[in-house]
Amino acid sequence: MSAELKVDKTVDYKGLFCPMPIVKVSKDIKEIEVGQVLEMLADDPGSKPDMEAWVKQTGHEMVDTQEEGGVFRFYVRRNK
Amino acid sequence: MAEQKRRRLALVASKGSLDEAYSPLILATTAAAMDWEVGIFFTFYGFDIISKKRMNALKVAPIGNPAMPEPIPAVPAKVPNIIGIIPGMTHVATAFMKSWMGRANLPSIPEFVEMAQEMGVRLFACAMTMGVMGVDEEDLVEGAELVGATTFLDFAADADVSLYI
Repeated sequence: MSAELKVDKTVDYKGLFCPMPIVKVSKDIKEIEVGQVLEMLADDPGSKPDMEAWVKQTGHEMVDTQEEGGVFRFYVRRNK
Repeated sequence: MAEQKRRRLALVASKGSLDEAYSPLILATTAAAMDWEVGIFFTFYGFDIISKKRMNALKVAPIGNPAMPEPIPAVPAKVPNIIGIIPGMTHVATAFMKSWMGRANLPSIPEFVEMAQEMGVRLFACAMTMGVMGVDEEDLVEGAELVGATTFLDFAADADVSLYI
């Protein structure tokens, strides 16, 4: 992640499985302003393709994705 | 996406065992999380999922269900299916499944139904099933719409995805 990416809210959904991370993140994204960035942590192995499908369906933007030791970090910009 | 018509998911939930109650609720909440319009038609045994009296008491039976995993993962032997016929085994299998779901931090069925409603999922309760099964209308979860197949098909006619579970 570039050092200048500003995160406006962070949520940690490690230990949760489908559909809970997506259900929760769909609420979290409404709690930041359009243009702001949400950071979400998850360790469900399906969360990477699922988060990509979720931004595709909802129109938000996946700014960056990182993985370390089985933990994913997703950076999503609210687009609308 | 904003200018486009919202996608729509139409589900039929026809089964009332604990394991099979989860699938429609998982798909419905996921679709709602993607801003889709979602409706579930609860019919036949699926009606139990939105019955206040029965939604807490859904069960899974081990008899005739070879997919049930071994109860103790350290002992990788399947329990012979015939054991499932012993009185009380359905209770045991149900308790196991609830503990797996709890370990995965999945909501219970009543919690899932409430969450789906909060997310705007429409619950269509099959009026015919209610009559046949002798269920009281007061036993339905609040907000469920008592309708016939025609109303559901009218909703499903404009669906992008329709699944029968």
